[in-house]
Amino acid sequence: MSTASTSVSSAGPQSGSRSLVSRLRDGDEIARIITFLFAASVVLITIFLVYELWRGSVLARTKFGLAFFFSSFWDPNSDQYGAWPFIYGTLLTSAISLLIAVPLGIGAAIFLAELAPPKISDSLQFFIDLLAAVPSVIYGLLGVFIVVPLMRQYIQPALKGAFGALPLFSGPPFGVGYLTAGMVLAIMVIPYIISVSREILLGVPRDQREAALALGATRWESTWKVVVPFARTGIMGSIFLALARALGETMAVTMVIGNTPTVKASLLAPGYSIAAVIANEFSEATGDLYVQALVELGLVLFLLTFILNGLARLLIVVTAQRGGGMGNV
Amino acid sequence: MKRIAGLLVVILVLTGVLWAQNAMLINGAGASFPYPIYSKWFGDYSKKDTTVQINYQSVGSGAGIKQVTEGTVDFGASDGPMNDDQIKAYTDKHGSGILHFPTVLGAAVPTYNIPGVSGTLNFTPEALAGIFLGKVTKWNDPAIAGPNKGVNLPANDIVVVHRSDGSGTSYIWTDYLSKISDEWKSKVGRNTAVSWPVGLGGKGNEGVTGLVKQTPNAIGYVELIYAAQNNIPYGTVKNSAGVFVKADLAGVSAAAAGAAKEMPDDFRVSITNAPGKAAYPISSFTWLLIPEKFSDAKKRDAMKAFLKWALTDGQNQVESLSYAKLPKTVVDKELKAISKVQ
Repeated sequence: MSTASTSVSSAGPQSGSRSLVSRLRDGDEIARIITFLFAASVVLITIFLVYELWRGSVLARTKFGLAFFFSSFWDPNSDQYGAWPFIYGTLLTSAISLLIAVPLGIGAAIFLAELAPPKISDSLQFFIDLLAAVPSVIYGLLGVFIVVPLMRQYIQPALKGAFGALPLFSGPPFGVGYLTAGMVLAIMVIPYIISVSREILLGVPRDQREAALALGATRWESTWKVVVPFARTGIMGSIFLALARALGETMAVTMVIGNTPTVKASLLAPGYSIAAVIANEFSEATGDLYVQALVELGLVLFLLTFILNGLARLLIVVTAQRGGGMGNV
Repeated sequence: MKRIAGLLVVILVLTGVLWAQNAMLINGAGASFPYPIYSKWFGDYSKKDTTVQINYQSVGSGAGIKQVTEGTVDFGASDGPMNDDQIKAYTDKHGSGILHFPTVLGAAVPTYNIPGVSGTLNFTPEALAGIFLGKVTKWNDPAIAGPNKGVNLPANDIVVVHRSDGSGTSYIWTDYLSKISDEWKSKVGRNTAVSWPVGLGGKGNEGVTGLVKQTPNAIGYVELIYAAQNNIPYGTVKNSAGVFVKADLAGVSAAAAGAAKEMPDDFRVSITNAPGKAAYPISSFTWLLIPEKFSDAKKRDAMKAFLKWALTDGQNQVESLSYAKLPKTVVDKELKAISKVQ
């Protein structure tokens, strides 16, 4: 893509005699302008979004300042708003989901790309793409009707039995809570990790594998020590795609997290997330400050996503420099 | 190119068709609780008077108040009356007031799931306030066991479930708790969303029901219509006359009739804990919010005609959709108030 555009622009001065009309008639210029506008719209939308969130939260920002981030008190009646329980819940559930989804997803991707016969790999890929396209409310229903009862009756009592002394697994087993939300999120993001990682692994050049095999490596050694490291920046990209989805997920989370704005160390306790509280309370929010506090929560979520994405870029740059690899596939 | 031209033609024709429909359009927005009856009313009314078409978006009471204040819709609708600040905001912006018209009634009922208990439980106001404040924590607490003699209540911890989304049902519920418990009033208060002292949040009536059904020893509250249509068992509540009343349409209408004697002229009244032996105590009106002044005289007349119809003929339809009718005294008072719309 980049080579094409430079050759066009370098051809520009030489064919300066060509009139604008003829260039327009060729279609090249029109295509260039139109596609440029499309590309620019992405930036414009982002700027507009931040501007609107910033402008729409001015009252809340001036009233609460930085305390908004650290206060745990959320009460529409006394007009006091603090974002900490929601930030905590969002980060905690996303972290749990990645802890579960990353090993499973990458493992599955390695099998599909390296070890499975192509026929099986392709047909499984079809199901994975299907899973990735399922609307989140369906995952929420799955959570409510299957994961929550399972958690309450078996998993949470078992966890309490084994690790009940730790604050991480204290409190009554409601079924809903951080852990349940994290598990449902994990189910939702696994298809993303598998699908993208598989494509990346399949893109690793054949000579890399053959060279490793020629040096006497086993199939697994060539996969684990050559192919996976070669593809790691791309795999990391798939993980951050999954993280982005987990951070912003609304419907499925609100159905299983318990919707309680508290901060508890226990993974079994009910909590809340930023996206869930906005979806829950926005439509019935009366009073300027209340609405603005919800808009500011949106701004906070944007900020979180922005920071985490920035860190992801940094990580990719660092690992790409160290390992060479395939860059940004 | 041909395809684009074809598309343009289709678009032009469609716009033409919409243009040609010269029925007057009245736009409203607000509460979702009365949406089923409103949409039936608006549909039936536009058949009766084909020159008028009323659009209604059920975006929630809060959004309804916001939109009518901003003037983006012709009328609003809300499950809770506008407070003085909101009315002042409206008057400041428009230079004239806004009127409340009760249309139908709703109620909230306590639903529960206690293993081994299948009968209908009786709840006193003290028990409900205690449970939702987190002070009554076991099912066999004397506050609950007292009025339920003969029911074998377990010594299990109570799991409280409330709405997580802002809702008119929560407004009714917290309005009731504020009236019967000073502690609730000062600590929590009433609103469509509050800072709940205890419990889990479920999204919507279905979310609360789901959590209550799934969680042993849970108690929650749902809209009466939802409970009736889905055969969800619910308990009785002791009213201000000391009678345990199981919510039904007659009990809700009785609450409105009980409150009608002291109905203020602006109809902004809470009828929770209303007097009367038959009154179900956790009931409420839902209101249409109509501007006092319309700039368009035709629109004003259409709105007034519709209001008149909804309060008279329209009332005959509400019970088929499980809403409680307005008592006659309230209807008469409202019909007089319609003349305030200018």
